[in-house]
Amino acid sequence: MLSYTLRRLLGAIPTLFLIITIAFFIMRLTPGGPFDRERPIPPEIEKNLLAAYDLDKPLLVQYFKYMGDILQGDFGPSFKIHDFSVAELIAINLPASIKLGGYALVLAVLIGIPLGSIAALRQNSWIDYTVMGVAMTGIAVPNFVIAPILTLVLGVYLGLLPVGTWGGGSLRNLVLPTIALALPQIAFIARLMRGSMVEVLRSNYIRTARAKGLTERIVLSRHAVKAALLPVVSYLGPAAAGLMTGSVVIETIFGIPGIGRYFVSSALNRDYTLVMGVVITYGAAVILFNLLVDLVYGFLDPKVRYD
Amino acid sequence: MAVITQHGQIPDLEETQGRSLWQDAARRLRRNRASVASMIILATIALLAVFGPLLSPHPYDELAWDAMGVAPDFERSFWFGTDTLGRDLFVRTMYGARVSLMVGIIATFVSLLIGVAYGAIAGFVGGRVDAVMMRTVDILYSLPFLFFVILLMVIFGRNLFLIFVAIGAIQWLTMARIVRGQTLSLKRKEFIEAAHAAGVSPMTIIRRHIAPNVIGPVIVYATLTVPEVMLTESFLSFLGLGVQEPLTSWGALISDGVKNMETRPWMLLFPAAFLAVTLFCLNFIGDGLRDALDPKDR
Repeated sequence: MLSYTLRRLLGAIPTLFLIITIAFFIMRLTPGGPFDRERPIPPEIEKNLLAAYDLDKPLLVQYFKYMGDILQGDFGPSFKIHDFSVAELIAINLPASIKLGGYALVLAVLIGIPLGSIAALRQNSWIDYTVMGVAMTGIAVPNFVIAPILTLVLGVYLGLLPVGTWGGGSLRNLVLPTIALALPQIAFIARLMRGSMVEVLRSNYIRTARAKGLTERIVLSRHAVKAALLPVVSYLGPAAAGLMTGSVVIETIFGIPGIGRYFVSSALNRDYTLVMGVVITYGAAVILFNLLVDLVYGFLDPKVRYD
Repeated sequence: MAVITQHGQIPDLEETQGRSLWQDAARRLRRNRASVASMIILATIALLAVFGPLLSPHPYDELAWDAMGVAPDFERSFWFGTDTLGRDLFVRTMYGARVSLMVGIIATFVSLLIGVAYGAIAGFVGGRVDAVMMRTVDILYSLPFLFFVILLMVIFGRNLFLIFVAIGAIQWLTMARIVRGQTLSLKRKEFIEAAHAAGVSPMTIIRRHIAPNVIGPVIVYATLTVPEVMLTESFLSFLGLGVQEPLTSWGALISDGVKNMETRPWMLLFPAAFLAVTLFCLNFIGDGLRDALDPKDR
């Protein structure tokens, strides 16, 4: 399994390389530039600015220079957020996103999986309909509606929780954004889990396990849950990557210093280096979590072999 | 079965013709009460979107200076109240419905075209072509979706129609995977082989055997793509990147409503309710279709 992991990590290098290349050229071919202002800056100053950041050179030359810098671990300075390098910005802001995303993920898994399983075990009962109705609401009411309502009710009217501040990431400040971030995920996971559990419970080996006289608890815990988790686990890979790299909406509403905000602002500002920074962070997260998913598969599915 | 009638004739065998896959699916869908109710509600919302503005005396961009931010008022026929600029919220919600529903349909159609073509080619051709094509999909999955949408919107300069196309052009990845998987597994099925052996022409095999089996999952996924796309649009509008004033969409109205939700809750309530109900219905229809078309669930 170690050699499998190593091979996968090596295989990630060309993938990351392609991600960087695609993002670099798409970003550069987009009209506009980092020094566009409402009031145009004098041409001499603009020329000097472009020269200072090597933006006056041919695109391919810039590309190879950027690739060379990245290989040495240099992601360049941000164009818009002065006096900060891209590496610094990500190092400062990523922890908040990971913390919040991590809590939301754990909450979503701990609530979503049992909910989905219960709904599947009591298929077509009122429990099933209630759980799935609530889950559907979690999907149908967007995040940016739920978050302000939660804030207003729990924070402002009832005064239970602090509102609109990060407060250094203390637990009390984390409750509202974690719930808002986790709700749609809980809903998705519960639906997925219910669907796959219903299918697994109908399969032949579950009938065999019951026929052998195993207790219902062992049938479920040893056989059913493990197999039913597979689709949920493959959903969790990309979902975890998305959660841990921050959400623009949640970070904006709750004033969280994460990197989610940069996905929008850097692209709009043509902050070329910062765009590349967040794209690379996201790509690396996706690759990493997909690898984790495949490793977890090995524990859940005896048919999976790493060779 | 055929019963010999009084006159000793065998009745016409056509009468005992079996039901087709689609008739079966339609019957099962009709029995799914949640799906049927969802379709009726959705049709009502669509009709309201088309004809609703005709019912109201107010145009969608008329500013009522003496009625800014008023609560629902039936005497002046502000059925949903007005926004902070004094525009009638009922008419604006209906205009928002037009935009939001159109985004859903057009973007899903675009994603359908790209995804089905891409997936079918990868699945049919197979081998190295398939490997390269699916590797590309994997890599595109690792790029942040939002980043693409924003750049495409910048490039297309906020043209409404192109926004729809741009959202669709990014949503095709999962569709391609589904279609490719279906084609790949179908290619090796015994009934396809049997058809080949019986001398059925390749075109007929595609039409009679492959297409109906691929279309099921495609329809189901497309139905579930519509709410996803609408959510994306509303999210972009919430960030201020979507449709431009005075035109509006549910996302833009909700974004406005959130800002005023403490003093003028109706500004949030009506558009949010319409969006949520629509997404609810689309999801129920998608689930119903999946159950109806699932060949394992007879």
